[in-house]
Amino acid sequence: MTYIAKPRVIHPRLEKNALGLTRRDYEGRMSTLCAGCGHDSVTAALIEAVWELGVPPHRAAKLSGIGCSSKTPTYFMSASHGFNGVHGRMPSIATGANAANRDLVYIGISGDGDSLSIGLGQMCHAIRRNLDLLYLLENNGVYGLTKGQFSASADIGSKSKRGVPNRQPPIDPVLLSLALGATFVARGFSGDKEQLIPILKAGIRHPGFAMVDVISPCVTFNDHEGSTKSYAYTREHYREVAEAAFETPDDFVPPAEEITAEIRPGGTRDVRMHDGSVVRFRKVAEDYDPTDRDRAYAYVRAHQEAGEVVTGLLYLDPDSQDHHAVLETVEAPLWDLPFEELCPGSAALDELMERYR
Amino acid sequence: MTADRVNDFAFKIGTVNGTGSASANGLIMQSIFRMGIPVSGKNVFPSNIQGLPTWYEIRLSGSGHVARTPRFDLIVAMNPATYARDIAEVRSGGWLLHDSSWPLADTLRRDDIAFLGVPLADMCVRHFEGARERILMKNIAYTGALAALLRIDLDTIRGLLEETFGSPRKKHLLDSNFEAIRLGHDYAVEHFDCPLPIRLEPMRENDDSILIDGNTAAALGCVYAGATVAAWYPITPSTSLVDAFTRFSGMYRVEPETGKRRGAIIQAEDELAAAGITIGAGWAGARSFTSTSGAGISLMSEFIGLAYYAEIPSVFFDIERVGPSTGMPTRTQQGDILMCAYASHGDTKHICLYPGDPRECFELAVAAFDLAERYQTPVFVLSDLDIGMNDWVVPRFRWDDAYRPDRGKVLSDRDLEEIEKFYRYLDVDGDGIPYRTIPGESPRGAYFTRGSGHTKFGTYTEDSEEYTEVVDRLLDKVNRAADAVPAPVVRSRPDARFGLVTVGGCDGAVREALEELEAGGERFDYMRIRGFPFSGEVTRFLEAHELNLVVEQNRDAQLLSLLTLETPVAKERLASVRYYGGLPMSAHHVVTGVGERLGSVAARAGEASA
Repeated sequence: MTYIAKPRVIHPRLEKNALGLTRRDYEGRMSTLCAGCGHDSVTAALIEAVWELGVPPHRAAKLSGIGCSSKTPTYFMSASHGFNGVHGRMPSIATGANAANRDLVYIGISGDGDSLSIGLGQMCHAIRRNLDLLYLLENNGVYGLTKGQFSASADIGSKSKRGVPNRQPPIDPVLLSLALGATFVARGFSGDKEQLIPILKAGIRHPGFAMVDVISPCVTFNDHEGSTKSYAYTREHYREVAEAAFETPDDFVPPAEEITAEIRPGGTRDVRMHDGSVVRFRKVAEDYDPTDRDRAYAYVRAHQEAGEVVTGLLYLDPDSQDHHAVLETVEAPLWDLPFEELCPGSAALDELMERYR
Repeated sequence: MTADRVNDFAFKIGTVNGTGSASANGLIMQSIFRMGIPVSGKNVFPSNIQGLPTWYEIRLSGSGHVARTPRFDLIVAMNPATYARDIAEVRSGGWLLHDSSWPLADTLRRDDIAFLGVPLADMCVRHFEGARERILMKNIAYTGALAALLRIDLDTIRGLLEETFGSPRKKHLLDSNFEAIRLGHDYAVEHFDCPLPIRLEPMRENDDSILIDGNTAAALGCVYAGATVAAWYPITPSTSLVDAFTRFSGMYRVEPETGKRRGAIIQAEDELAAAGITIGAGWAGARSFTSTSGAGISLMSEFIGLAYYAEIPSVFFDIERVGPSTGMPTRTQQGDILMCAYASHGDTKHICLYPGDPRECFELAVAAFDLAERYQTPVFVLSDLDIGMNDWVVPRFRWDDAYRPDRGKVLSDRDLEEIEKFYRYLDVDGDGIPYRTIPGESPRGAYFTRGSGHTKFGTYTEDSEEYTEVVDRLLDKVNRAADAVPAPVVRSRPDARFGLVTVGGCDGAVREALEELEAGGERFDYMRIRGFPFSGEVTRFLEAHELNLVVEQNRDAQLLSLLTLETPVAKERLASVRYYGGLPMSAHHVVTGVGERLGSVAARAGEASA
């Protein structure tokens, strides 16, 4: 990815996380995206989230496809392993990496072009596998690097910079994810970091596929009057219904413990995840149940019909089990299994040969 | 009257797909194998689940020639839809075994072959209950008739049936199967002059051999090499490779304490994803592979270029079938030689291995993982439908317990402590191969992997010189693998004027043809190429002969083209002999092709001297 060197300034009084690392330790190269690009705000929120969680940088892998959004792995966590692959196919690389080493934190960065057109199949199948991956979809309704074509998330009637309206219906990654059985579905807005950070933290800790669709306006090609993915439009129409706070566990809760959650009057609700983390939903609308997939779907649809962009952690399956549960793989990372455990040896081969007599 | 042809003939069984004839045919094959006679079986099947014609061809040869032959001494015609064709294919003086429950049309009769009618359907209706069993037992009954006619040992058949239906629960199946054998056998003994002049006599040629298909063998190689991630998308004729890997993983890769699996087998949504998963796993440090056919390689090509440029170990099995496009999915070809050598856009070149039989599928599968990790690049194993799906008699596989995977240049956390700074793509040793790290292993080992232009330090670039430096090293690196790929198999004759060069599963046909050609007085040196890039030995062989006949199974002379491109040998020294109709190559293809080529050489020489 293109980048320019960033001056490194370390202030002695920078705040440190549990690992003794400062936010600076989670930064990357200087962004070369356009000034004001929503993606840079998302990058900043992500840096804050991983710093707060205390993810050891070298234990994280950041993967992306192709496009403006996919450039961003260069702009955070320089001390992490990065993989900028091919267009729309980050989910399969992540699937393989995760199969080989289930112990790393996987952060996938994609965009609406990368995810909803060329990569739609891969995204859907990663959801089906419930791959343990934070899937950050930086959604601006437009192809930036190729200069302003509509993407598959552009709304009907949304106008391009030249004033041409889009006539094809959009693919909504939130509704699609809910329909496909995703175990964690959220929507954020790059202009609301306060809301986004806890969502990202919860998504990273979620044992499975965490779809985080972030409306991230394109200042160059899609931030004008007539665009429904502009800052102005999103600010005006977004409706925060299910804000989530993420709290790391004070004490580890064994996975076997029953997960219980009750909606308290006044609209907050705690959902405890299997690793002991707690997601606290605030400002939950009276009729909103973030663990009821059908109602979440209906809720998002109803507000969409009313022209509102619903944001927040919209759905969470607290019993999520990731791809390795389906594969029934051993706990140890596959890449590191001793060869003696993998190779049956000459005696077994001699015995096996008798079956082919 | 045919002279006795003991252990040297071919027969074919024509049935309807989906009627259960495969197990009967397998029983015949295995019985002949157990009788110690060199044998081969070629399943000529349709792309269909039920209803279309299918054939199983068996050739046995005491002298060990088991390439396909199109000359059939006997045909078992069980499919009325193909009677005319099957009857026409019996060689003059041969036999046709058919179900005489229904009359055979007079128009189909031939005077120069003998018709052996066995009322298989009638017998099975009388002896068995239910449509399913009656249909299945008809196949076993013709096996019984063949046992009498060809003298296949009944005890051997019985032994095999006992192994299959040995459990008390399956006792009734054993009884009915053997009853069907008896029905066919006794009818033949009673009505025909058994055995026929074409018949079996036990030998001891298979004592140290096994009967196995190449896909099973390759899968076993993957297990022994320590592969832990397999990603795939179903496609004929490669599917049985992953099926076998799954089976072997169940046998050898289960953690005893937990019952959990020491490996991940992932059926992807398409070949693109299968390639991505393979590459992702290779990047993360696992030995990973995918198994596909030519159409799959086409789809994977973009990812293959990424793995080449980003230097990610990955193994691709291409079980070739007939192309282009969907082609003939159940027929064999060597049509992907050029595609695999240069798969993907831009300048790429890949290590390719070409097994010639199932034993080499096992051995070269292991070699493929070592080469992929040593050279940090995709490695292709090019098998084909004939090798992959047909049963071959090959020497037992052996394993050296001293073997350890060659993981190549991998830096540990401790290694990294000792160096000033780690650069993923820097050629530190001057051998074209940089060092890599396993993600997550060390805070000092992080690097950025990208398919976009990068410098030798791993950073993004759009600078001409920085770009060129890296791609030049990649070419150098892959070229250096020429001496590490399996050496060609060479057989030399004193005073040979010509070279006979081939690849993969043509081996049997070419060796058989050699005997016939040399009986005519001409001498040939023989070379079977097993790896690409070509080693110096390949070039030296070609340069040592005034003419090299390159025998292969594709229309466009792909191996010859690759030799022209990748060796300094003059084009005039290479001539092409090809068969690409989709069936395994036969010796006569080689004899005819070589004869034509040498004839034209002789003619040209004659013109020149005239």
